[in-house]
Amino acid sequence: MTELSTNTPKPRDVSAIVTAGLAKRYAAERRFRAFGIAAIAIAVAFVALLFSSIIGNGYTVFVQTHMRLDVELSADAIDPKGTRDATVLARGDYAGLVKGALRERFADVKKRRDKRKLHGLASQGASYDLRNMVLADPNLIGQRISVWLPVSDDADMLIKGHIPRHTGEGSRRISDKEIAWLDALAEAGDLETQFNVRFFTSGDSREPELAGIWGAVVGSALTLLVTIALAFPSGVATAVYLEEFAPRNRWTDLIEVNINNLAAVPSIVFGLLGLAVFLNFFGMPRSAPVVGGFVLAIMTLPTIIIAGRVALTSVPPSVREAAYGLGASPVQAVFHHVLPLAMPGMLTGAIIGMARALGETAPLLMIGMVAFIVDIPGSFTDPSTVLPVQVYLWADSPERAFMEKTSAAIMVLLAFLIVMNGAAVYLRKKFEVRW
Amino acid sequence: MFRENMEADVTFDSDDAGRFDPDTDDAYSSTEEMAVVESPPKIISRGVDVFYGDTQALFGVDIDIRPNEVTALIGPSGCGKSTFLRCLNRMNDIIDGCSVRGSITLDGRDIYAKSVDTVHLRARVGMVFQKPNPFPKSVYDNVAYGPKIHGLATDKDDLDAIVHSSLERAGLLDEVKDRLHEPGTGLSGGQQQRLCIARAIAVEPEVILMDEPCSALDPIATSKIEDLIDEMRNNYTIVIVTHNMQQAARVSQRTAFFHLGKMIEYGHTDTIFTNPNEVRTRDYITGRFG
Amino acid sequence: METKKPQHIVRSYDDELGHICARIVEMGGLVEDQLASAITAIVKRDAALGEQVSGQDGRVDEMEREIDELIVRLLAKRQPVADDLREVVAGLKIVGILERVGDYAAHVGERAVTLGAAPELPAVLVIARMGKMVRDLFADALAAYANQDARLALSVWQRDQDLDRLYASLFHELLKSMEWDSENIATCTHLLFIAKYIERVGDFATNIAEHVHFLALGHPPQGERPKAGNTNIAIKPITGGQPS
Repeated sequence: MTELSTNTPKPRDVSAIVTAGLAKRYAAERRFRAFGIAAIAIAVAFVALLFSSIIGNGYTVFVQTHMRLDVELSADAIDPKGTRDATVLARGDYAGLVKGALRERFADVKKRRDKRKLHGLASQGASYDLRNMVLADPNLIGQRISVWLPVSDDADMLIKGHIPRHTGEGSRRISDKEIAWLDALAEAGDLETQFNVRFFTSGDSREPELAGIWGAVVGSALTLLVTIALAFPSGVATAVYLEEFAPRNRWTDLIEVNINNLAAVPSIVFGLLGLAVFLNFFGMPRSAPVVGGFVLAIMTLPTIIIAGRVALTSVPPSVREAAYGLGASPVQAVFHHVLPLAMPGMLTGAIIGMARALGETAPLLMIGMVAFIVDIPGSFTDPSTVLPVQVYLWADSPERAFMEKTSAAIMVLLAFLIVMNGAAVYLRKKFEVRW
Repeated sequence: MFRENMEADVTFDSDDAGRFDPDTDDAYSSTEEMAVVESPPKIISRGVDVFYGDTQALFGVDIDIRPNEVTALIGPSGCGKSTFLRCLNRMNDIIDGCSVRGSITLDGRDIYAKSVDTVHLRARVGMVFQKPNPFPKSVYDNVAYGPKIHGLATDKDDLDAIVHSSLERAGLLDEVKDRLHEPGTGLSGGQQQRLCIARAIAVEPEVILMDEPCSALDPIATSKIEDLIDEMRNNYTIVIVTHNMQQAARVSQRTAFFHLGKMIEYGHTDTIFTNPNEVRTRDYITGRFG
Repeated sequence: METKKPQHIVRSYDDELGHICARIVEMGGLVEDQLASAITAIVKRDAALGEQVSGQDGRVDEMEREIDELIVRLLAKRQPVADDLREVVAGLKIVGILERVGDYAAHVGERAVTLGAAPELPAVLVIARMGKMVRDLFADALAAYANQDARLALSVWQRDQDLDRLYASLFHELLKSMEWDSENIATCTHLLFIAKYIERVGDFATNIAEHVHFLALGHPPQGERPKAGNTNIAIKPITGGQPS
């Protein structure tokens, strides 16, 4: 007691000291909060900038300028012998018909050079559209029909305002004459923008107005299906084995270190691995979603394993004890109790891995998925491309119209991600058990 | 009344004399002596050493646990009482690097023999844990889980009957019969712990181990569990680890005091709490542990 | 096995136990004084002292109530076990015994007032010896309690038989005296009562000793308490003329 009393400091006004320091403490707190808000504001501003730039550049892709032409579907051009055979019909000179219709519309154009320019107003796609119409209904042959046909990319750009009219004629890709024809069409009400179905249904094309995203979307979906089908089960199995069953020894330590290191390996290395093993050694097809899926699965595995192990360790040990205490075997304890509880966490990990895989370009370049592919892939072995590669390809193209395609592709990629994350959130909510 | 006692007689009455019979003072001699009369011990542990890696956690523990009795294990934290409890259903097997030496027999058969299957052992020796740990499933599924994995129920009706009788015996049926299919985690702490007890007895074990079953509960819930333990004694052999010495005194018939991995004293609870043999036991239970 | 007990972790527990013990010892001292005064009053035929002793009994009763309350409170608050429990229970019982001894001292004091007017008998000398003996026994019993000394308690327990023997001889002496001279009957009866009271106090001292023994070692002294002095003498049949 005596010790205590000697050690007790002299009485002082603690309250006053505390009060004096309060202002300083609160100032520090306010400062910290301000920093946080500022950081978030900057981040939000950049995201907004990014989105507005992408959307601003890309939203026009969802519409496409069409012109109305009266086309004479003469039997001579399409089916001179009248066989109505589909192969014959498909080979008809629809481009000639479109050109004829254009010449008919602008009858005063006589010069050869002007005529070629006039023909250029219509997209190549116009003839495909006509052909499809005829193939769908051969009775149209011999009739004169009024149809909406897509205009060329330059005309489209002009109408959408991406090509300025006021600059000198030499510095733009479209001449005054073409502008005049288009204006005439517009005045007659024969020019309008329509929803761009083609963008969502077709594959890539050299012609911007014909290029679509669907091929890349399907390619991405197929690739991710392969990825998740491979990576998720094996990742979960690895995590469960390492966490619940494996003995702790030098070998498992080594494996653990390797898994952690793999997660940090640059993705292009996985691409090289895929090239060497899957393409060169096993001779699998180039540019195929199945190979892409393999490569991305290997790349995603460490992420899924690490997330899975974290999810398993976060399951309270009391659950395992409860199960063991009742006489459950280790496998029963894991599969009846631990795994269901860890599932939401594992799904989150898997989705993060999938999102990374979805955005991955580098490893796919190595296995040839960078090729120009027009057809929509129909199976896992068909050559295909994926969304980020498509973005990369379009961003590389010189035409002005590809710029809006690039932005649009990014938007589709983002939408894809949002849908995936939404699915993840839904699954997690569904599996989540309130603890 | 009091005054009359004082005046009445000089000697202690016969009741007192019986309780302080010199023979009962020595835990061991009494145990040996009573073994002749009583049924043989349910669990016999001899020279049990437990190691966690290189650290020895238990040193030569000898205990006879008698059937249909509550045996309390008391002692300060880290004294090895929980470790010993977990030896009795081989829960220590789960822990890496844990090894057990010596012998523990259940009904005369070594539970650490190679031929013994831990799944089978744990069906016979149930366990209730410190923190109520119902599975995040419905009340019904919690109780039904054990019978299901062991195949104790022949059909749905049979399972229903097991679940109901287990809840009944755990004194929980009236409180949960309207919400059998609601999550077990939604019950109160005390109810959860009784659910865990119901879950344990649904497997019809012979021995129930309880690792501080009331440490997370309020006094009322604790009283309910203690009452339940007292009743369950008729059907099961119970070993309970508790930090609460009053609880050990209240619910148990025998008490073992552990300190620094050794069992210091084992005997009738009445003796331990009125006249312990060992100075360390006395210092611990009277709150003098320095 | 008896070693110096370490302190409780809760220090106020020690303070409370110590306080109870101190109060009991204090009460014992008070009772001891009263017993001594009462016996002196008889031996010295001091009626005033006798009156004073019998008047002081209220003080003892009050202390008993006070200590009982302390003990009940401690039981409720601390729930003592083992040694502490024995100490508290023994304390409770000893306080009751002390109160009874206080009552007996008061009774003896009252008789001293009555005896002051009566003729002096030689038997009073035996009473004085008994008084000396019982005061020693009682003082030793209290000392044994204060020090939790089982050996001293055992000696008290064994020495009570001397007092019993003395009481028995006095009993016979007084009986003879009454047979010789019926004038003495009243005085002798008073002396007989006083002797009986003193003998009872001796028994109480052994009771205290037993409690001390229990408190110190966890069990009462073993075997039968040695007893001596038989006062249960056969009544002679009345000679001459049976009622017909």
